[in-house]
Amino acid sequence: MAFAAFSTSTTAPEPAPRRKSPIALLLLLPGILYLVLFFLAPLVSLLLTSFQAPSEFGDVGQYSYAFRWENYVDVITAYWPHIMRSFGYALIATVLALVFSYPLAYFIGVKARPWPLLQSLMLVLVIAPFFISFLLRTLAWKQLLSDESFVITSLKALSLLAPDAHFTGTAFAVIFGLTYNFIPFMTLPLYTTLERLDLRYLEAGSDLYARPFDVFRKITIPLSMPGIVAGTLLTFIPAAGDYINASRDFLGGPDTQMIGNVIEANFLVLQNYPAAAALSIILMSVILVIVSIYVKRSGTEELL
Amino acid sequence: MKFSLGKLLLPLYTVLALIFLMVPIVYTFVFSFNDSLKSNITWRGFTFDKWLNVCQVQNGAVCEAFGNSVLIGVVATVAATTLGTMIAIALVRYRFRFRSQTSLLLFLPMATPEVVLGAGLAAQFLSLGVPKDMVTIILAHTMFCISFVVVTVKARVASLDPALEEAGRDLYGSATQVFARITFPLLLPGILAAALLSFALSFDDFIITNFNSGAVTTFPKYIYVSAARGIPAEANVIASAVFILALVLVVTAQVSRAAKEKRLAKQG
Repeated sequence: MAFAAFSTSTTAPEPAPRRKSPIALLLLLPGILYLVLFFLAPLVSLLLTSFQAPSEFGDVGQYSYAFRWENYVDVITAYWPHIMRSFGYALIATVLALVFSYPLAYFIGVKARPWPLLQSLMLVLVIAPFFISFLLRTLAWKQLLSDESFVITSLKALSLLAPDAHFTGTAFAVIFGLTYNFIPFMTLPLYTTLERLDLRYLEAGSDLYARPFDVFRKITIPLSMPGIVAGTLLTFIPAAGDYINASRDFLGGPDTQMIGNVIEANFLVLQNYPAAAALSIILMSVILVIVSIYVKRSGTEELL
Repeated sequence: MKFSLGKLLLPLYTVLALIFLMVPIVYTFVFSFNDSLKSNITWRGFTFDKWLNVCQVQNGAVCEAFGNSVLIGVVATVAATTLGTMIAIALVRYRFRFRSQTSLLLFLPMATPEVVLGAGLAAQFLSLGVPKDMVTIILAHTMFCISFVVVTVKARVASLDPALEEAGRDLYGSATQVFARITFPLLLPGILAAALLSFALSFDDFIITNFNSGAVTTFPKYIYVSAARGIPAEANVIASAVFILALVLVVTAQVSRAAKEKRLAKQG
């Protein structure tokens, strides 16, 4: 899907007919077993933990298996703002990343077609942020946009920003960080579909006297829909669960904490495992609903 | 050709957008030369010291964290690439039952937020009483890398011309010979790309690591823990060095591929 851009995109020859053979089982079993043990089983274990009740002795961090569904009521009432904030921030960041990435992917995938080397070098620049530590590049923005930084002080000197305005620690900064960090996840799938866009459809549109805007809206956008869907999914999911950008030591502040921050605090600091697990299950469920809509659209074979 | 402003708008935007993407990278690189004291926030002058004495700060804490990340990355990459490549070959070449369930199981780890993957594994290790250390980090990283390996290698297997393997069989090559001399060498670029991708994912992972690392410090975890009290410039040195290495690798691969395609086009 998205990472197809990393691999060589040669035209596929006639595929060999798929055979039935015991070798298939041998090839599949180790990896599938691994995922069952270290992906599926942990999800089950998370579900079980989310219903746990505090142990009778009342020790911190000690819980016993139970069916305490009130855990969910508790975390939803306590963390409702964080839950809403996570999905709100992720949605805005996804839209911003789409608006930022579409023209970029269009230029690389369509306009730069006569120069394949330039195309691949520009793609390298798009994925370059992946090569430098996620945490360091977020901290770099924090320092570049802190109150004492050159950018903010000059904006204030030019009266483009109120003298008492802050950037870091605000919702705006967190959304900015989320957008920046996940732009490559949006640009790559957009590029993969736009690169295959058949330009003759666009020519046909303008031959039939469609204005450029109408050609874009009625032909280009619908044809690049697979990339838009994949890109938004790949941006929204990590953004909704992220807790680096919103963390107080990075771009966030006390009023920007997201669901990931609460899960981390409950699990690793407060040792309130059931609360952390219940919040994780809530996050996972919302994501699964979105993914299943996507699966319905494209089928499981298209997923990978 | 007629000059028009509209035609220039998109290239101009592309250049600006790419510059925007580079800003934090350039910042991190520049501040690796900062003659900083404990924290690396204000510019205090240019020096090569941090590059030359990376491991001397805090008794080598940065380098230890870096070493851990490399070790975890290598082991997880070997494991994930092996398991993922086997699955990719099976998916493209064979018919089997529960095919759509298998695809779903491979897709879901990529669609699950990292915080859920991390908390899930931590909950499992907790209930089984497994202590968190290097091994649990490697187990976690291998898990989330497998799916990305499958995606990358699958594309390569699908683009393989079956006629080449048929030719090998026609010339009385045994199944092992055909695999070792034809299939595997042809798959190798895809397998290498997958290995690079999974090393990059493992090396830069923080969220899942944070839940399953116990007292072990990886490079991203070191940065997270130090963020509150200030990160030494040595961390910028390591990040910049890794960045340059990755960039050189990728650009070399792209340029040599372009050169090869040009050569093939000339012959054909």
